Amino acid sequence: MGLAAVVAATAILGLQGCSSGVLDPAGPVALGNKTVLTNALIIMLGIVVPTILATLLFAWWFRAGNARATYRPDFTYSGKVELLVWSVPALVIIFLAGLTWTSSHALAPEKPLASRVRPLPVQVIALDWKWLFIYPEQGIATVNRLVVPVGTPINFRITSGTVMNSFFVPQLGSQIYAMSGMDSKLHLQADRLGRFRGLSAHYSGNDFADMTFFVDAVPPAAFQRWVAGQRGQGAVLDGPAFLRLAQSDSAARPTGYRGVMPGLYDRVVANHGVPVREVALHGREPKH
Amino acid sequence: MTGLRSIETGHSSPVFGKLSWDAIPFSEPLPLVAGGLVGAGLVALLAWVWRRGYMPYLWKEWITSVDHKKIGIMYCTLAAVMLLRGFSDALLMRSQQAIAYNSPGYLPPDHYDQIFSAHGTIMIFFVAMPFMIGLMNFVLPLQLGIRDVAFPTLNSVSLWLTAVGALLVNMSLVIGEFARTGWVVYPPLSELRFSPGVGVDYYLWAIQISGVGTLLSGVNLVTTILKMRAPGMGYSRMPMFCWTSLATNLLIVAAFPILTATLAMLTLDRYLGFHFFTNEAGGNQMMFVNLIWAWGHPEVYILILPAFGIFSEVVSTFSGKPLFGYRSMILATMVICLLSFMVWLHHFFTMGAGADVNGFFGITTMIIAVPTGVKVFNWLFTMYGGRIRFTTPMLWSVGFMVTFVIGGMTGVLLAVPPADFVLHNSVFLVAHFHNVIIGGVLFGAFAGTTYWWPKAFGFTLDETWGKRAFWFWITGFYVAFMPLYVLGLMGMTRRLQHYDVPGWQPWLITAGVGALLILCGIACQIRMIWVSVRDRHRLADLSGDPWDGRTLEWITSSPPPPFNFATLPRVEGEEAYWDVKSRARDRRQLSDLPDYDRFEMPRNSPTGFVTAFFATGMGFALVWHIWWLVIAGFLGAWATFVVFAWRDEPDYEVTAEEAEAIDRDRRAAKAKLLDIPAERPA
Repeated sequence: MGLAAVVAATAILGLQGCSSGVLDPAGPVALGNKTVLTNALIIMLGIVVPTILATLLFAWWFRAGNARATYRPDFTYSGKVELLVWSVPALVIIFLAGLTWTSSHALAPEKPLASRVRPLPVQVIALDWKWLFIYPEQGIATVNRLVVPVGTPINFRITSGTVMNSFFVPQLGSQIYAMSGMDSKLHLQADRLGRFRGLSAHYSGNDFADMTFFVDAVPPAAFQRWVAGQRGQGAVLDGPAFLRLAQSDSAARPTGYRGVMPGLYDRVVANHGVPVREVALHGREPKH
Repeated sequence: MTGLRSIETGHSSPVFGKLSWDAIPFSEPLPLVAGGLVGAGLVALLAWVWRRGYMPYLWKEWITSVDHKKIGIMYCTLAAVMLLRGFSDALLMRSQQAIAYNSPGYLPPDHYDQIFSAHGTIMIFFVAMPFMIGLMNFVLPLQLGIRDVAFPTLNSVSLWLTAVGALLVNMSLVIGEFARTGWVVYPPLSELRFSPGVGVDYYLWAIQISGVGTLLSGVNLVTTILKMRAPGMGYSRMPMFCWTSLATNLLIVAAFPILTATLAMLTLDRYLGFHFFTNEAGGNQMMFVNLIWAWGHPEVYILILPAFGIFSEVVSTFSGKPLFGYRSMILATMVICLLSFMVWLHHFFTMGAGADVNGFFGITTMIIAVPTGVKVFNWLFTMYGGRIRFTTPMLWSVGFMVTFVIGGMTGVLLAVPPADFVLHNSVFLVAHFHNVIIGGVLFGAFAGTTYWWPKAFGFTLDETWGKRAFWFWITGFYVAFMPLYVLGLMGMTRRLQHYDVPGWQPWLITAGVGALLILCGIACQIRMIWVSVRDRHRLADLSGDPWDGRTLEWITSSPPPPFNFATLPRVEGEEAYWDVKSRARDRRQLSDLPDYDRFEMPRNSPTGFVTAFFATGMGFALVWHIWWLVIAGFLGAWATFVVFAWRDEPDYEVTAEEAEAIDRDRRAAKAKLLDIPAERPA
């Protein structure tokens, strides 16, 4: 059993090489998450591993058949031992508490990233069962595909047009809930080129498993070219187009809109998602 | 799910409400076959009981019994049966995920989503809860040296209301559907707009009705512990299990009303168009999430604290030593009890409450690790200098200590907000809570069952099969859940019906193999019970003290007489029975014959069962909007209470002679156990 713990720990550390997980960070936030995670884990292993070994050792040594072990039925209290068993965990926890407090502030999702590069704002709306990304400055929108310039802080504003979801790109770091009527803030950045998997990390119904998307981190120049390309294709995301998108329940292939009605995101937040009066009574009609 | 269309569109008849033939999922063979098999099994069992003429026995000795021991046994039986149901859900999920790489697998989402929702609901409310409540019911009065709980008939009502909840959840398998929202039914997904079917309603009424039972049980056991201990048993002489049970039942009394109120608000939303948690009209989903975890976090301590108590008893008994640091353990228990109400927000750091709030709740969560660590170390030092007998209960306990510290460590890891931001809702979290619930609560339930089985039935359980079960379970646990830790770090979120990452599949197949090993463990446990019943004469416990126990339950015979103790034992130390035993050994004779006196015991009562009968009708009718049946069920349940309140003869008398006759046999057995001369018959 202790062996299993060691094997598990090795497996976890061995995973570092594994791609697409939280142990393969591609940005400063994810790197911070991973550092905190590993530090906390190592601190705790320092007390957990000896405890497991002591358990196995005591259980084995003091087995009834062992003539060499001394039977001490009266050893039922010791002030020194009590002091030790309260203070050792307490000290570890005090240490961890310090780590928790400082890292909670350093890695607060709502805190903007320190950078000399001008951040890119992106508005995210969770829908049934897809993600809508609006680039307010560029005036374009995409579904299930997020393209970002590498090395640029991304200032996300996140809400939901439907039930609760959670916006999460494991390799970029921290997730945050997408909730109707709420305007959550999240700041992430990709430091290396590549395609990263994103998902909803909060169960939201039938096609939840398909609610995945890709984040493509591209050089800034390529990003500008991509924006220009987007402007030349697709439809305009106005009110009716948004309702049509919101009501098509299935997860969408990545698509794009060449224009976006100004203030769409704020309207969705203000309306607490897609308003009931604008969709049929039960929202999720039975499929035909 | 075409069958549900008419339910969702809301046709309703005055006689059958929303219920129609469409409610039976004819298009889905799996639940129908499973439900059919279980139904056929039940009918066969009932027919057998009827033919053999056991019906009156079953009615008089069990169904209407208000004896805390029988109620405890029935609670545990319910838990064991529901464990089989919940575990088959687990097998379905593990096999689905093992094959669903770039494939829809064999369970469509609307079925898969019901399975994981039902699995969580069943395992928490109808396995872990009744197992712990059952063990507390059985053991507490015996350990406290008293004859029954404070309110015996209420106890029976609690049991049967819990059974109603379990029944409703199982009915949803074949009539309608179960919730597709996860086991804590977060709105707005659980609101009518997004879940128009009856699944959430089944959940709500199953939990509300069984929740009443749980709350009543909490009130009952708190009263019992506070007011009804044997003479001389001060608080600082109560066995550790009584202390952890006290903490648990205080938590039940404080926390379950929150659950009831929260679900009542959701019910108002769904039935009467309120807007507590809806998206529209000013509803606030975050309020629900806060409230449900204000219950939900104490709930996990409601489950684990009795298990801590069981391990304390088992480790002490089989190490042949008193519990190390007894007072320190009491303090640790009560600190956990208090702190468990101050940590609920760690279930949703990702809601974005801000660094100060997240940091605060992260730290309060970690602080709980201190008293928990103290407990582990005190068990460790109980073993230190002991003479450890590796019986099955002891194996479960050592297995628990090793497994639980790993689960505790990953729990503290999740309590660090920036780590939680990348692990929240992942299968890492799933691995963590199975690590503490299987490794803690379930291992505790198994240790307790094997430990107290001889007390309940008069024979011990077969050790060979018990140990085989342990090794399968613990290996199966590690093989099933260590891969989930890894997958969580790989970014796999929970509740996925299928996935498109090739690297996940080998780990998920491994986890599936682990589930099969656990299946072998369960098979061994069934075999263990079978073999033990068959060999009950060989395994008989004639002394009432098969483990060389230290607490009062071992002073009486196995199984104890209905009144437990002919005369209430006098407690003069922390280990009441051990003291009596040592004194008898030293003096080479038993304690002096007490003065036997007449006393009264509560009569059996069908109140609980009849109330449950009406509550089932009411719950089912509420789910399906059959309003006349709701009213009939409610009036029936209410009338049952009135009839009970008007009863004339609540008690029957046990005469001094009867008590003495039974007690003489017990004393003779004890004399034999201690190898001291028996008393001459009077």
